[in-house]
Amino acid sequence: MAETAATLPQPLGSRTRVLAWLQRYGVYASVLALLLFNVAFTPHFLEVANFRTQLIQVAPVVITALGMALVIGTEGIDLSVGSVMALSSAMVVLYLGYGAPVAIAAALVAGALVGAGGGALVAYAGVQPIVATLALLVGVRGLANVLVPQLTEFRNPALITLGSRSVLGLPLVVVIAAALTAVVAFVVKRTIFGRQLVAVGGNRAAAKLSGLPVRRILVAVYVLSGLLAAVAGVLATARLQASDPTSLGLLMELSAITAVVVGGTPLTGGRVRVLGTVMGALLIQLLQATLIKHNLPQSWTQMVQAVIILAAVYAARGRKK
Amino acid sequence: MTTLEAAPAAPAKGERASQILQHHGALMVLAATVLIGGIAFDSFATPRNAANIAVSSSFVAIIAIGMTFVVISGGIDLSVGSSFVLAGVLAAYGSRYGVVVALLLPLAVCGTIGLLQGLVIARTGMAPFIVTLAGLLGMRGLMLAVSGEGANTYLVESDAFASLGQASFLGLTVPVYITLGLFALGAILLQRTGFGQSVYAIGGSEEAAALMGVPVARVKTTVYLLSGLLAGLAGALNAARLSSGVTILGAGLELDVIAAVVIGGTLLTGGAGGLTGTMAGVLLLGVIQSLINQVGTLTSSFQQVVSGAFLALVVVVQRLLHRAQHLS
Repeated sequence: MAETAATLPQPLGSRTRVLAWLQRYGVYASVLALLLFNVAFTPHFLEVANFRTQLIQVAPVVITALGMALVIGTEGIDLSVGSVMALSSAMVVLYLGYGAPVAIAAALVAGALVGAGGGALVAYAGVQPIVATLALLVGVRGLANVLVPQLTEFRNPALITLGSRSVLGLPLVVVIAAALTAVVAFVVKRTIFGRQLVAVGGNRAAAKLSGLPVRRILVAVYVLSGLLAAVAGVLATARLQASDPTSLGLLMELSAITAVVVGGTPLTGGRVRVLGTVMGALLIQLLQATLIKHNLPQSWTQMVQAVIILAAVYAARGRKK
Repeated sequence: MTTLEAAPAAPAKGERASQILQHHGALMVLAATVLIGGIAFDSFATPRNAANIAVSSSFVAIIAIGMTFVVISGGIDLSVGSSFVLAGVLAAYGSRYGVVVALLLPLAVCGTIGLLQGLVIARTGMAPFIVTLAGLLGMRGLMLAVSGEGANTYLVESDAFASLGQASFLGLTVPVYITLGLFALGAILLQRTGFGQSVYAIGGSEEAAALMGVPVARVKTTVYLLSGLLAGLAGALNAARLSSGVTILGAGLELDVIAAVVIGGTLLTGGAGGLTGTMAGVLLLGVIQSLINQVGTLTSSFQQVVSGAFLALVVVVQRLLHRAQHLS
C-alpha cells in the first residue's frame, strides 16, 4: 500500500486515493492476479475446455448481476432475483406444451411482472427496496414451488439448442450473456434512461425536482432486473433440461450482489459499473475454480468471498464522503 | 396520495386510530386469524395445537428478539440464519464435553462474530446489510469447515443438554419458557433502560443521538452482539431439541425473522417498534403455517406464498399509515 501511495502525485489524502483506485480497478487487478496464479500453478488451466466450463457456469450470475447493478445504481436492491429464476423455470415447464418460444415468452413475462410488482412497491408505495423484494423472494419462490412441486425433466430440441449449442466456438449461453452485457452497458452509458437512472440513484430529491419521472424510472429498473433474472432462469433451465424450482437460483441474490459490489458499484447508488460487475462475477467464479482445483474445500470459498465483499465495500466507503 | 382519502375527516381521531393500528395491528390480525382458524377447524383451537405452534415458533422468536433491537437501531442482521446453523453444529460437537461446553461454545463463537460485525458497522460506517451479508457467507463457510463440508452430523451426547431442548413442563418444552423469559428481559431492556432508549434514539436519528451524547458506536456494537448471542442460543437449543447438529436447516431463516419483525410493526427505517409486535409477528407466521397444515391439501410452499403476500401487504399498510399520520 505504501509504495502505491508514494507514486501518486499528492501525498495528502493518499489513503483515500488508494481506496478509490482499488474500488475502480481492484477487481481487474484481482482477476488478473488470479489468472496469472492459475497459469503458473494450476495444471490444465489454459485448456479451452476449462475456460468453456467456467464461462458457462458464470453466465447466469453475470446476467442477473447486470440487473442487480442497475437496481443498486438507483440506491435500491433486488433480493428477488433467485426466486424469479425459479419462477421462470417453472413457467418454461408449464408452457412447454405450446412450444419453446411461447414457454420462453411466458417465463420472461413472469419475470417482468414480478419486477413490476417490486418496482411498484418501491416507487409508488414507498416501501424500502430490501423489504419489498424480500416479500417477493419468499412469495415468488413459494409460487414457483406450488406451480411445479418437484424436479421435472423435459426433452425439447429448441431448448437443448439454447442450452448446449455453440456459436463460433463459444457456447450460446455465453454469447447471450456477452450480448446482454453490451446492451446494458449501452443503456447505462448512451441512453437518456441510463442517465436518468443514475440521476435517481445519485440524488432522488434533486432528480424529482428537475422533473424526472422518478417513479416510472424506478419501476422500469426493477422490471429490467426481473427480466434479466428470468433470462438467466431460462438459460439455466435449458442447460439442465429440467426445471427444479426448489433449488434453481437459490442464493443467487447473494452472488449477484457480491458481483456488483466487488465490481465497484457503490451501494449508495448514483453509479453503475457494468464491466466491473462482469469482472466481479468472473472473480468469484475464478476464485471458486482455483480453490476447487487446488483441493481446498467449498467452505474456504465462502469465507474468502466474505473477506472480498468486506474489502470491496471498505474501498468504496472512501468515495462516499 | 390515496392515503388522504384513507384518513378520516377528523384528523386527531384518524391519527390515533392509525397509530393504534400500526402498533397493535399484528396482534389484532393474530387474534382474528386464531378466531377464524378456531371456527373453521375443530382441531385448530386445541391446547395441543397451541403448544405445537409455541414450540415450533420459539426458535424464530428468540432470534427475532435480537433482530428487533438491531432493526430499531436502524440496522439489519442477515447473518442470523448462518449463526443459527453454526451454533447447532458447534453445540452438538461440544456436547461430548458436557452441557456447559455445549452451551458456551456456540454462544462464544456466535457472540464473537456478532461483536466483530457490530464493531465493523459501528467503527467504519459500512452498511449493516453488506457487513452481515459477508457474515452470512463467512459463518456458512465456517459451519461447513467444522462439519467436514456438511458431511458430518454430530449427535448430541449429553442427556442434560438434550433435555434443554426436549424436556417439557405443563405441555410446553423448555425453549418456550426460555423464549418467554428472554422476551420479558428484552422488553425491560428496551423500554425501561437507558440502553433501550439509546437504541431508539440511534434508529430515529444517528446524528441527533450522537449530539445528545449517546455512545452511538458502543450501542450499535452491542445490538449486533446481542443478535449474535441470541441466534447462537436458538441454534444450540434447536440442536438439543433435534439431538443433532443438522447442517442443512436454517438457511434463509434470517428472512423469516425479518418478516416477523416487520409484520410486528417495527419499521425497517429504525426508531420505532417493539418486542410485543415482534412476538405477534412470529406467532402470526406460526399460526398461518399451522392453518395451512390444517387444510391438508396445501403444501408448505403455499405457506411461503401467503407469508410473502402478507409481508408485502403489511409494509404497504404501514407506509399508508405513516403517510396518514404525517399528513393529518
